[in-house]
Amino acid sequence: MNNEALQQTILSWFPDPEFPQPQFTEEGSQFLNLSTQPEQLHELMHLLKNNPETHFDYLFCLTGVDYGKELGVVYHLESTVHRHIMVVKVQTADRENPVLDSVQDIWATANYHEREVFDFFGIKFKNHPNLKRLFLTDEWEGYPLRKNYVDETNMVVK
Amino acid sequence: METAVLNSTTVKKSNFKSEEYFINMGPQHPATHGVLRLLLTIDGEIIKKVEPDLGYIHRSIEKMSESNSYQQIVHLTDRLDYLSSHINNEAVCLCVENALELEVPERVKVIRTILGELTRIASHTLWWGVMGMDVGALTTYFYGFRDREMINDIFEETCGARLTMNYNIPGGLMQDIHPNFVKRVKEFIPHFRSKLPEYDRLLTGNIIFQKRTKGVGVLSREDAINFGASGPVARASGYSCDVRKYHPYSALDKVNFTEALDTAGDSFARYKVRIAEMWESLNIIEQLIDNIPEGDFKVATNAVIKLPKGDFYQKIETARGEFGVYIISTGNKNPYRVKFRSPGLSNLSLLNHIAVGGKIGDLVATMATIDIVVPDIDR
Repeated sequence: MNNEALQQTILSWFPDPEFPQPQFTEEGSQFLNLSTQPEQLHELMHLLKNNPETHFDYLFCLTGVDYGKELGVVYHLESTVHRHIMVVKVQTADRENPVLDSVQDIWATANYHEREVFDFFGIKFKNHPNLKRLFLTDEWEGYPLRKNYVDETNMVVK
Repeated sequence: METAVLNSTTVKKSNFKSEEYFINMGPQHPATHGVLRLLLTIDGEIIKKVEPDLGYIHRSIEKMSESNSYQQIVHLTDRLDYLSSHINNEAVCLCVENALELEVPERVKVIRTILGELTRIASHTLWWGVMGMDVGALTTYFYGFRDREMINDIFEETCGARLTMNYNIPGGLMQDIHPNFVKRVKEFIPHFRSKLPEYDRLLTGNIIFQKRTKGVGVLSREDAINFGASGPVARASGYSCDVRKYHPYSALDKVNFTEALDTAGDSFARYKVRIAEMWESLNIIEQLIDNIPEGDFKVATNAVIKLPKGDFYQKIETARGEFGVYIISTGNKNPYRVKFRSPGLSNLSLLNHIAVGGKIGDLVATMATIDIVVPDIDR
């Protein structure tokens, strides 16, 4: 399915204009980009995987990003049947207590990758069965990949 | 002399403790292939749970990349999966070149592909040697290293390094190939074709080896996709996922090769897929080695590379599976965020799923056929 057809299909799932619509952008990226709200994330992801037309069954990359004001997660999805690719982005402005829905019940691979994002960005994933640090020790203070992280021990070589 | 005979009826069942028993495998265990600790929950010799403890050698390469230039990042990536170092370098270069809309000469594409396939063979020969050693056949190690040495000598002559090559740069190659390169690669192909049947005679057909691997660590196709598996691990479960086929890069769209697939999904199937991949890599190299186009070995880039604003993603097939480079650029000389999608982390995440119910000895065989490289997981 090409990007226009994908866009039409996904928009048809959210006919209610009162409800926040997913936003599409193709600017500066080789893939179709979709921005969604945290409240909508789990429902949208569930549809993207289970709808036979989209059938995004392969989550090949899950990235945490610190956008400055917001924290976000970028999901790269591919369909092993239709071989189309798209990107879903979600952001939260709450830096003190950022919470997003976990998608590990939809793709098992998200389990470890969400733990990595929690480890480095401090984003908490709701309904994650084992949300603890993946690489760093449990006593580690702060989240090193955040842009405002103070690197006191000069750990990262500039 | 009277011997104490333990009468089984006198031992009450309550004398045995029934709580869970934990043992550590690693971080300094040879079968964990690096600094990886596995916390095993066991019942007798049956595995109840495998929990990997990661981070012993985490170097925060993604954070380092945020303060490095695009040329410098290339040098960090061969410290990820060091057995696929050339392919990792190529991934970053392709990502930067695509972002700059830079067309590299055909000569560069062909040389990159040949070196990439040689890297794959070198990685698989090392894996094959270690695989045999893990299940108790020490000779394989020497066979594997004998053939890998020939490839490393070719790398040394052309790239100046045997393991961490750093031969790719954004825009092409660091320097042109050595005059001996074509000759030595053409010597290697018939040599290795005569040695691969030895591998089969020594290990593949060995009944002990087959008993250790057949039906052990079975992964279904659905689980392979669900856990994000890639590379030989996924293809042994019948999941066709070769990035070289679906998203061809460099000169891979010009060559004919068969994607190695199996359906059994067990350790033996993963073993067979890697052996088949070595044959296919030889075919790819043979198609290209006589047809390296004349031309420049690089195109000039600015000394300071600034990518346009935007998101850029490049997939590539390393010896372990799908490696991804995701660059978010704000238009500066440094990336805003770099993510390396490592095949190892996803492949490791399914270990618990396929090892539970098996024995500790089976876990060693399963670990060997998943073929993880720990620096690729601890980025």
